[in-house]
Amino acid sequence: MKLIKTLSATAMLVATGGLAIADHHMTSDMTLVSWGGAYQASQVAAYAEPYKLMNEGVTITWDESSNEAVAKLRAMNEAGNVTWDVVDVVAADALRLCDEGLALEIDPDEDLAAAPDGTSAEEDFGDLLVGDCFIPQIVYSTTFGYRTDMVPEGVEPPNDICDVFDLEKYPGMRALEKRPINNVEWALLCDGVAKEDVYDVLGTEEGQEQALAKLDTIRDSVIWWSAGADTPQLLADGEVFMGSTYNGRLFSAIVEQKQPIGMMWDAQVFDLDGWIIPAGLSEERLARAKDFILYATDTQRLADQAKYISYGPARASSAPLVSTHAELGIEMAPHMPTDPENSKNTFLYNYEFWADYRDDIDAKFQAWLAQ
Amino acid sequence: MNASIKRPDLYRFTMPIVAVMGALFGFVTGKIFDSPVLGLILGALIGAGLSVVLARFARTKRWKIIGASGLVFALTGLLAGGVGGLFGGLVTGLALSWFAHWVGSGRYRAGVPVYYSKAQVLWHSVFLFICAFVFFFLVAPLVPVIWLSFNAEQFFTFTPEMLSFKAEGYSLRHYRDFLGTEEWMVPLKNSLIIAPIATLISVTLGTLAAIGLSQSHVPGRRAIMAILISPMIVPLIISATGMFFFYAPLGNWLELNLGLNQAFVGFVKVILAHAVLGIPFVIITVTATLVGFDRSLTRAAASMGADPVTTFFRVQMPLILPGVISGALFAFITSFDEVVVVLFVGSARQQTLPWQMFTGLREQISPTILAAATILVGVSILLLTVLELLRRRSERLRGMSPG
Repeated sequence: MKLIKTLSATAMLVATGGLAIADHHMTSDMTLVSWGGAYQASQVAAYAEPYKLMNEGVTITWDESSNEAVAKLRAMNEAGNVTWDVVDVVAADALRLCDEGLALEIDPDEDLAAAPDGTSAEEDFGDLLVGDCFIPQIVYSTTFGYRTDMVPEGVEPPNDICDVFDLEKYPGMRALEKRPINNVEWALLCDGVAKEDVYDVLGTEEGQEQALAKLDTIRDSVIWWSAGADTPQLLADGEVFMGSTYNGRLFSAIVEQKQPIGMMWDAQVFDLDGWIIPAGLSEERLARAKDFILYATDTQRLADQAKYISYGPARASSAPLVSTHAELGIEMAPHMPTDPENSKNTFLYNYEFWADYRDDIDAKFQAWLAQ
Repeated sequence: MNASIKRPDLYRFTMPIVAVMGALFGFVTGKIFDSPVLGLILGALIGAGLSVVLARFARTKRWKIIGASGLVFALTGLLAGGVGGLFGGLVTGLALSWFAHWVGSGRYRAGVPVYYSKAQVLWHSVFLFICAFVFFFLVAPLVPVIWLSFNAEQFFTFTPEMLSFKAEGYSLRHYRDFLGTEEWMVPLKNSLIIAPIATLISVTLGTLAAIGLSQSHVPGRRAIMAILISPMIVPLIISATGMFFFYAPLGNWLELNLGLNQAFVGFVKVILAHAVLGIPFVIITVTATLVGFDRSLTRAAASMGADPVTTFFRVQMPLILPGVISGALFAFITSFDEVVVVLFVGSARQQTLPWQMFTGLREQISPTILAAATILVGVSILLLTVLELLRRRSERLRGMSPG
């Protein structure tokens, strides 16, 4: 017995020694790219700070450039000077970067940790592993918030996506994102197209016209936003009655900033956000990036992030571990877009459709905006 | 006051003018309460009334009357629109009654030569008002920025508590965020590393270039000057793109061949890029002061045995120093305010204050940016004041009048 103990202790020592040696092959500073705001703060608290505690001497610099990650990575690659180590992007951008060879392909079962119960990473992430380079982190949704104090008297608060298009019942300005994605789907849905036919209709010339015509009916009451922070600001100002944005931003405005805003979850559009590792890193930097990814996407870490922001963790095994808000102590589950109460009617961002039609519909949308 | 100024005719001159001004004020106020026409008429009547009252009592009690009308307006404003109305009313009342007094007592002619025709006097007054408006529009945008930076909320919003001046509407949390978080202190530190070094390089190179280019025997000096000044003329985004592709291989070379670390190389790149942007300002200001520099002084120094370097530091430099310093100020501000080039050439480790403000505005719209802006405004006012005081002092010491 004693022998076994000694042996295993020696094995442990050797293993840690091996790890310590491995450490010398990693750089000690890395640059992470994210979106800023409450979202980045949640990553700092859930991933970066504990990682730094575990790995003494590691410094992490944050760059709030996820918004233009594709363009910047292209330029960096062209100049042969990639300064980023791990980049947070939405799934659609990850797919583009992967296609262009700007992101590293990953092997889920080798690069990502298995679930505590032994389920392989590939199975744990499941369908969310879209593309070969994308390491999913959260599920977020684009949905609507409205000023509770601006709901007309004697009228129900909006609870249907078509209330956005109903200027008679709910007068006032709306904030919509300055791009066709999501807006055209909502428009068709409220113009009598069945949910399952939306993308078939959108694939046709007439369908695109139809969607823009529907948007035209509220055009004079729309303020177009381009950054996630715009809509919460416009709502807080009372500049708009309702507006679309990411659900975590609305959560922060409602629960943390205590603004008179209500959520309207109907027809929320799910999307994925996660990490990629840029192609072209040196060996030491790649080793550090992979080490960080392995840690930051394990089951507990993903569940921890949900303490700070209301985005759903991308691993099935993390969901039961989601607990209460780190400061406010409220239960986070009812604020998650994936909560059954909130997800009665949802869309999933259609990556294939938008990969094929994005440029075309974008051009039409911009032309329509400029009219 | 000039005794020869005579009071203009009350009913034919003062009353109509003040009534028009009152109507203007009334129109604006009426707009706020959604009845501009009523406001217009009421304003005209109040203006006319004020001009009469001031004409009656103006000789003895004019300041009391101006103050009293300010108070009456303020009270009316308070009743109609709360604390905001109080301030609006006070300002409107004081402005209108002062205007009535200014026109009615004939003071508007005080600063004008007596031989001016009526049209010239009118133009003089209009000119003064235009100047006041220009000044107002330059400074006014700063007021909400400074005010909002004391907001207790996380948005760019004047909350009802702020507008009614309640203590709970205000806080210093954004200043705490600015001074207490790495998110802002690291960029500030980076800015304070990059800007002074870039300034030092621009001033050195720019002054040398200006002195060289002011010698008439330098061949092709106009062409050289044009090239050196071009960063000021070429759109910044073009220079930035060019610099990005120019400095990237340079940085790679430094990293690979000299084994310098990436962060250090990043700083070198940004500093060099900013120095290039600052050089034109130094060249222009130093060239301008060199025009007034008497070249026979350098020959005199040489005839007394001073070598060119001594001549430069002991004779030429002190005389062109004002140009060098103002060039240095411009170069410093160019680097300190610069966001485009640093976004291209720099990486996250060289985040400067403007970089942080830019991304912060786009991604989170946090009032911490306003706190940062307020502090920067304060610092630059302080810097300029100190500089101006020093300049006056040195001029006094040299026996020149402060100009």
